[in-house]
Amino acid sequence: MIPEIGHYALILALCVAVVQGTVPIYGAAVRNSALMSIAKPAARGQFLLVLLAFCCLGYAFAAKDFSVLYVAATSNSQLPLHYRIAAIWGAHEGSLLLWVFILTVWMVAVSFFSTHLPEAMRARILGVMGLVSMGFLLFMLTVSNPFERLIPAAFDGRDLNPLLQDPGMVIHPPMLYMGYVGFSVAFAFAIAALLGGNLDAAWARWSRPWTTVAWCFLTVGVAMGSGWAYYELGWGGWWFWDPVENASFMPWLAGTALIHSLAVTDKRGSFKAWSVLLAILAFSLSLLGTFLVRSGVLTSVHAFATDPKRGLFILVFLAVVIGGSLMLYAWRAPRVGLGGGFSIISREGMLLGNNVLLVAALGSVLLGTLYPLFLDALDLGKISVGPPYFDTVFVPLMTPAIFLMGLGPLAQWKQASLPELAMRLRWAFGVSVVTALVLPIVMGQWTPLISLGLLLAIWILTTIAVDLRERLALAGGGGSLFGRLAAMPRAYWGMVLAHCGLALFIVGVTMVKGFEAEQDVRMNVGQTATLGGYTFRFDGTQPYKGPNYIAARATIHVSQDGREVTVMYPEKRRYTVQNQTMTEAAISPGFLRDLYVSLGEPLEDGAWSVRLYHKPFIDWIWGGCLVMATGGVLAISDRRYRLAWRRKEVEVPAGTQMARQIVS
Amino acid sequence: MRWLLMVILFLPSLAAAGEAAPLAENPQAEARLKALAVELRCLVCQNQTLADSNAPLAEDLRREVREMIAKNMSDKEIIDFLVTRYGDFVRYRPPLKTTTTLLWVGPFLLLIGGAIALVMALRRRQKKLDDVALSDAERNRVAQLLSEGANRL
Amino acid sequence: MNRFLIPLGIFVVVVGFLGIGLTLNPRELPSPLVGRPAPDFSLPQLHDQQKVLSANDLKGKVWLLNFWASWCGGCKTEHPVLIQLAQSGVVPIYGMDYKDKREDALAWLKEWGNPYPIVAVDESGRAGINYGVYGVPETYVIDKAGVIRYKQIGPLNGDVLQTKILPLIKELQNQ
Repeated sequence: MIPEIGHYALILALCVAVVQGTVPIYGAAVRNSALMSIAKPAARGQFLLVLLAFCCLGYAFAAKDFSVLYVAATSNSQLPLHYRIAAIWGAHEGSLLLWVFILTVWMVAVSFFSTHLPEAMRARILGVMGLVSMGFLLFMLTVSNPFERLIPAAFDGRDLNPLLQDPGMVIHPPMLYMGYVGFSVAFAFAIAALLGGNLDAAWARWSRPWTTVAWCFLTVGVAMGSGWAYYELGWGGWWFWDPVENASFMPWLAGTALIHSLAVTDKRGSFKAWSVLLAILAFSLSLLGTFLVRSGVLTSVHAFATDPKRGLFILVFLAVVIGGSLMLYAWRAPRVGLGGGFSIISREGMLLGNNVLLVAALGSVLLGTLYPLFLDALDLGKISVGPPYFDTVFVPLMTPAIFLMGLGPLAQWKQASLPELAMRLRWAFGVSVVTALVLPIVMGQWTPLISLGLLLAIWILTTIAVDLRERLALAGGGGSLFGRLAAMPRAYWGMVLAHCGLALFIVGVTMVKGFEAEQDVRMNVGQTATLGGYTFRFDGTQPYKGPNYIAARATIHVSQDGREVTVMYPEKRRYTVQNQTMTEAAISPGFLRDLYVSLGEPLEDGAWSVRLYHKPFIDWIWGGCLVMATGGVLAISDRRYRLAWRRKEVEVPAGTQMARQIVS
Repeated sequence: MRWLLMVILFLPSLAAAGEAAPLAENPQAEARLKALAVELRCLVCQNQTLADSNAPLAEDLRREVREMIAKNMSDKEIIDFLVTRYGDFVRYRPPLKTTTTLLWVGPFLLLIGGAIALVMALRRRQKKLDDVALSDAERNRVAQLLSEGANRL
Repeated sequence: MNRFLIPLGIFVVVVGFLGIGLTLNPRELPSPLVGRPAPDFSLPQLHDQQKVLSANDLKGKVWLLNFWASWCGGCKTEHPVLIQLAQSGVVPIYGMDYKDKREDALAWLKEWGNPYPIVAVDESGRAGINYGVYGVPETYVIDKAGVIRYKQIGPLNGDVLQTKILPLIKELQNQ
């Protein structure tokens, strides 16, 4: 009964989506206020209906209703409750429901926080989002129904993949989808501006907070995916340039470029068409990612079970949505005005340079991901493109971008001078180069890559320090240091924090790749091994019974200079339902290093093969991403946005034009 | 005398409860294997390296590579051995051939192309903005209007 | 106007490739050995361990080499097709028992029938690696000169047999 209610709720949601996707947009075209005002209640209604469907599916999982095919395929009577709930998005159909649900969450957010937008704009934005949800709901109701029944009901379910039975499964997909799907808001803003023909600096100002929030979520989502792979997969890796990982990283790169380009459009009214294109690109990459994961076109550890019919539907949807947007762009963008002028050497120029580099990096990742498909389609053979390619190509592209990060915030708008910048930054550059060359030698190993990584990270930090000092000096003599610091806008602190976060990330990556150590040993009971200054003593294994697995749990005492540091308990688990063996690594996290132990195979006489890792600074990788995301949050909480949200709806007169605008 | 015998008998077990031995017989060769295996693909997995996979074929291939290392074959020879049998698919680092030129050169082209496009776009818009400069007749009219306005005040 | 159409143009090309991609199988690995000499092997026979089967012995005739194992489900699927093909006498099918136990293989053949005049035993899987085998079953068509002419990945079925393999065998036998 409950699954049928859920199914029916989805059908109703589709009807609402059809209305929401067509009526307000038409209403905005003919300036009919009554039709436009349908957008808000439609969005909220859709949210409630999809929420109902989501809860029905959740209930089916919680109540172990194995007469629902999806529940039988991904759950089990012995699966703990929190994993049964996470199993909602454990496979294709349910994850689509999560996708649509999060889309409706964003719709509702837009409906509440858009009082300052002109009515026509809001109507178009919600209308575009309605069209997107219409496509996904249609997809679910035709070929991917999560509520499909299994008659006769299964006695017990097939269980969730053991690799997914982990707290990461509870948080990572929702975070990732909040980011992915969140770019639909920026996309809707862009399409609405193209449709309405009112592409101006105000559009950029309104669009920025929404883009930044989605970007924050995506940053956290991707970082979580990486951290989860690190501790779950048992071999200490944290990024494989797998097609699905790339599919989530490319929208992030586009989103980062978009945030920076919106800054230019907001401040100077320039490059509006480019910002719009980036917004379309970011969401297109989200949709492309959705396609790649489910279509079977590329091989990936993360891919859902594939079905060519589903792949075809998504591809057609992709073609319609993105093709349509790009056609609209080709039609409307040429008419957009130019905005303020600026020279090539200026803050705008550097922000756009950042864009070029990010888009080139994005393009390279896309090229590498799709290249095997290109060659196979042209019958030119089968190749693999893996980490060696991406690592070789990505670092040289990012290096100039990070170098620009130091120059950009210090450059003046409109016209800056390179010699003057060089003068202001000479100490920062000197300190960075010297430290980067010397530090690796002090730490024990020097390679060019370690130095490069440290150079980039220290460059970011020193240039931020220079910028901060200059701004404090400009802020005037009055007030305490703390007062002057607090008086600086939050948007500035957001930028500082985000850039620092990136510096921490670079430090983490550089140190781990440069200094990590590994040992593969056979340990008898009582034997020790040393790694990275730590001594690991193997004290045998005990059998251990979990809710749906049995394990051999080892005890490993870790000491440093004779003092005991920690005890670690790696496990070798056998999940009883799918009869799958898995190694559960034990990690001792630390500020400056992680110790990582994973069990291999049992050998004779109670001995085991054990793999030990010492990974210095690895938590700085994900810590840096969290700091980046915090910077984004700080930026959105800037005064001008808080004031804007409290402001009532403003009617922007149709005749308002930017100065020096050319109408071609 | 008996206790001496006991001590001698216990010594081996004391040695065993000491430092753990490396898993591999030959750590150097194993390090070489790891360096190679990280760049090779497990052919039956869903995108994993030869080093990380537990699949039976992966273990067989690692054994083959180990034997080739023991025969002192060079890295290139070992990779060629596998490529002859399984094709370029087995390499995670795509070889530089005519079909992969676009792959390796592409990122560089994107960068250069993007930079050129940016500079051209900036120059084009500078020109367009400069074109709006007023002509002499219009400049006179502006001066006239401004002075008229001042007179009226 | 024209430069604003570039994104759309790029997109259309990408979608085209993705569409073609839906019809392809990214995990199927065509063999680079087609058109090259079949790697030689000298392995003990399943039914008579004193004797040896060698690829070189089979030069001068067209033959099929079928990699199979008793633990392989797909091999069961294709087995009736092999039996039928063997009974037709068109081409000899030599079996390669891949990474299997002798007793299991013998029992399997006893239960499901034996289409092979001789079965060689590749216990270590080394011959398989030399032939670029990455799964079972896989079947190779080898001509009179000992050159691999075709590789079938996965179970043989009637369709592939009729449309591709039998015509090829006929052509090779007439050479």
